[in-house]
Amino acid sequence: MSLDVLPWIILFLPLFAAVMITLLTRHNRTWSAGLSIAAVVLGFLLSVLFVWNAGWQPATAEMSASWLSVGNLQVQFGLHLDPLSVLMMLVVTGVASAIHVYSFGYMREDSGFSRYFAGLSLFTFSMLGIVLANNFFQLFIFWELVGVSSYLLIGFWYEKASAADAAKKAFITNRLGDFGFLLGILTVWTALGSLNFGVLQQKLVDDPTLWGPAAAGAGLLIFCGAVGKSAQFPLHVWLPDAMEGPTPVSALIHAATMVAAGVYMLCRVFFLIQPSGALPAIAFIGGLTSILAALAAVQQDDIKRILAYSTLSQLGYMVMAIGMGGPTPAMFHLITHAFFKALLFLGAGSVILAAHHEQNIWKMGGLRTRMPVTFWTFCFGGLALAGLWPWSGFFSKDSILAQALSAHHYVYFVLGLGIAFLTTFYIGRLLVVVFLGSSRSAACEHAREAPPVMAWPLRLLAVLSLVGGWIGIESVLLKAFPGPSPEPVAGFSQQLAGPFLHAPAAAWSGILVFALGALAAWRVYAGTKSDPLPAKLGSFSRAMRNAFYFDDFYAATVIRFHDFLAVIADWFERWIIAGLAVRGVHGSTELAGRALRRLQTGNLQTYAFLFALGVAVVLYWVLGK
Amino acid sequence: MHAGLEQYLAVSGLLFALGLFGVIVRRNLLVIYMCLELMLNAANLALAAFSRFNNNLDGQVFVFFIITVAAAEVSVGLALIVAVYRKRQVTHVEDLATLKL
Amino acid sequence: MQDILFYIFAAMALGFGVLVLTSRNPVTSAMCLVLTLVCLAGLFVLLHAFFLAAIQVLVYGGAVMVLFLFVIMLLDLKAEERRKIQTFGLIGGLIAVGAIVSIFFRSLAASRPAGSGALTLEGNPYPLGKLLFTGYLLPFEIVSVLLLVAMVGVVLLSKKDLK
Repeated sequence: MSLDVLPWIILFLPLFAAVMITLLTRHNRTWSAGLSIAAVVLGFLLSVLFVWNAGWQPATAEMSASWLSVGNLQVQFGLHLDPLSVLMMLVVTGVASAIHVYSFGYMREDSGFSRYFAGLSLFTFSMLGIVLANNFFQLFIFWELVGVSSYLLIGFWYEKASAADAAKKAFITNRLGDFGFLLGILTVWTALGSLNFGVLQQKLVDDPTLWGPAAAGAGLLIFCGAVGKSAQFPLHVWLPDAMEGPTPVSALIHAATMVAAGVYMLCRVFFLIQPSGALPAIAFIGGLTSILAALAAVQQDDIKRILAYSTLSQLGYMVMAIGMGGPTPAMFHLITHAFFKALLFLGAGSVILAAHHEQNIWKMGGLRTRMPVTFWTFCFGGLALAGLWPWSGFFSKDSILAQALSAHHYVYFVLGLGIAFLTTFYIGRLLVVVFLGSSRSAACEHAREAPPVMAWPLRLLAVLSLVGGWIGIESVLLKAFPGPSPEPVAGFSQQLAGPFLHAPAAAWSGILVFALGALAAWRVYAGTKSDPLPAKLGSFSRAMRNAFYFDDFYAATVIRFHDFLAVIADWFERWIIAGLAVRGVHGSTELAGRALRRLQTGNLQTYAFLFALGVAVVLYWVLGK
Repeated sequence: MHAGLEQYLAVSGLLFALGLFGVIVRRNLLVIYMCLELMLNAANLALAAFSRFNNNLDGQVFVFFIITVAAAEVSVGLALIVAVYRKRQVTHVEDLATLKL
Repeated sequence: MQDILFYIFAAMALGFGVLVLTSRNPVTSAMCLVLTLVCLAGLFVLLHAFFLAAIQVLVYGGAVMVLFLFVIMLLDLKAEERRKIQTFGLIGGLIAVGAIVSIFFRSLAASRPAGSGALTLEGNPYPLGKLLFTGYLLPFEIVSVLLLVAMVGVVLLSKKDLK
């Protein structure tokens, strides 16, 4: 078997599982879970095999088959294999594997077990499709598939109104971004005449002026797609609500799929965006999202919402990095973030399960001794998120800060440090309140450690969170984005020390803000029974708690306007279309029918008379004139 | 006046009108049927006259066919009348108004 | 001579035709119809359609009218009791028939008379039969099938337990 087949198999395995579960094994829980888990784990193993044999830069970079041909638009269905997509394929299948296995434990009690795994497999398939797509059209299709599967999974407990609403919100908000994205794709096609990434890149290399005046608009429109999918300001509102789904789904959305898709797409088409001049806007949006979300995270009480706003903040960080012209740091952070955010969510899932579905952190506490595995792995995730050397988050965050320095974006550098401080603060708050101190509820006093099927994925992800920064991920990414950055060295020790050698200012300031944040969190929260901040900050705390009232703002403007339109449309439908058009036709038909019915007397002679009259008329017509 | 084609056609037309009038006015099914026969015969007369004055035998062949078809029609029609009578005990068209809404 | 006969036969045919319409007893109507048909047979003779005249008497005057009489007998129809004459039906019938007749006669008056060449055609059985079995063979066969179908239909309709 040739190596070229492997990516296709990896891509379609989850789809196969999803179809089989839906069609055949819906009523057999073990089979459904087995199929789904086997598909994704096998996909991960095949990915490893593929990288082992073909390397990061496979010989056949592109495999495609012609799919549609409309006029001079050629749409292909194909795979694009370069360090970026291969690495991402590995990460997606890897993290998804851990989450699948974990789900087997987490969802054990649920009645929709098979449906859940079918959705999970479909989700993985869609994300792999985005990662491997070789053209915009295919990417967009999988992009929408991700939206659909996220809808299915966020609304998994659809009998709960809030879950159904959250699913709808996520889907509709994404649609807004996707609309811009589609327009962007069309602009690209109009301006450059192709949708294939390789062809586009070659065209731009050959003739950089080809972009022309459409550039900035197209760049921003494509960015719209990422704004929706990666939940950037102002379309970020869906992500916190998406917490209504099962916790492993949140992990999947926040780590390997969905939100990662936006950032990944931006990196994939970075060659288009860079010359378009949209970068400053992208950096601004990213920075704004990041700082707002970080502030909001500080005052959340729901453990999953804290992590959700944390994801928002980290995504803003990545988008900011792209805006500063650094796709490599952005992707680096995306991957390490995938490791530690999946870990944090799965850890949170264990805590929630142990606390009998209690999500308020102020009703937990003291879980350190009762759930040691969860505590230690969660600590690893938290430290990676906060960015302590040598955890992975430190390296990726440092590379973003270094990018800000080297690109002379000092404002963003300071902003980044501020966000890093806030990050350390809120994750410190989470750790201290949930795991230390004493129990604040009965459920937590009897909390038990998660079963092995859930604990082992945590351990695996904890290891990855620790080592993710210095096992060569960055050097692989550097191959994907040819640039002026120096080729990093290979050895672990040199990678560990790398940040301090290349950009000591960024590295040391990162360590410094970590220390400050950790200290602040300890000082404020150690041993408290309730949050002391609302009293100190007053209305600002309330604003943070409500995520700066964006939901209310949208409810008051966009949704009210939308409702107004809906009322008009309803009135129009009810009175003009149904009333005038439909009922008018029906009414006049009935009236004519009533009139004509008078003619049907049932009397033979009347018929004969009418018949004779008809004959007379015809005769007159033919002869008489 | 010499009896030419016009005269024969005039007789045929009057006979036809008579039959048609009967069909419209009479209410006994059987009589209506007889009036139908009158109309058919009027047509026969016209055809025979055309045949005679055009020196063409085809018209007579048509009359032959019409007579045959009329025989078939009469037999079926009368059988229907008998069947209706058996079922309803009526031969008046006014009493046969089930088609009315 | 022939013209006189034509007028006699025509007048009789029309007169008996009126009686078919007006008589209230179906039996009288049927008898008047027989007479009309016989007069028409006479007209056929005047038109030199001898074969048709014979058939007219045999098939119409004989078979068909016997059928009518049988049915009248079968239904045991008395003379119709006097019903109210429908003025509407009467006027309607007059209008419709009048319209058709007036159109008919108008076009008859406007038409050119046919060329009055020598009338040599004789409707003898021999030429008629020859034409029937050569030029009109297929219609002839079809008509025979039609008669068969009619016969089967009548048998079916006449069965006692008609659904």
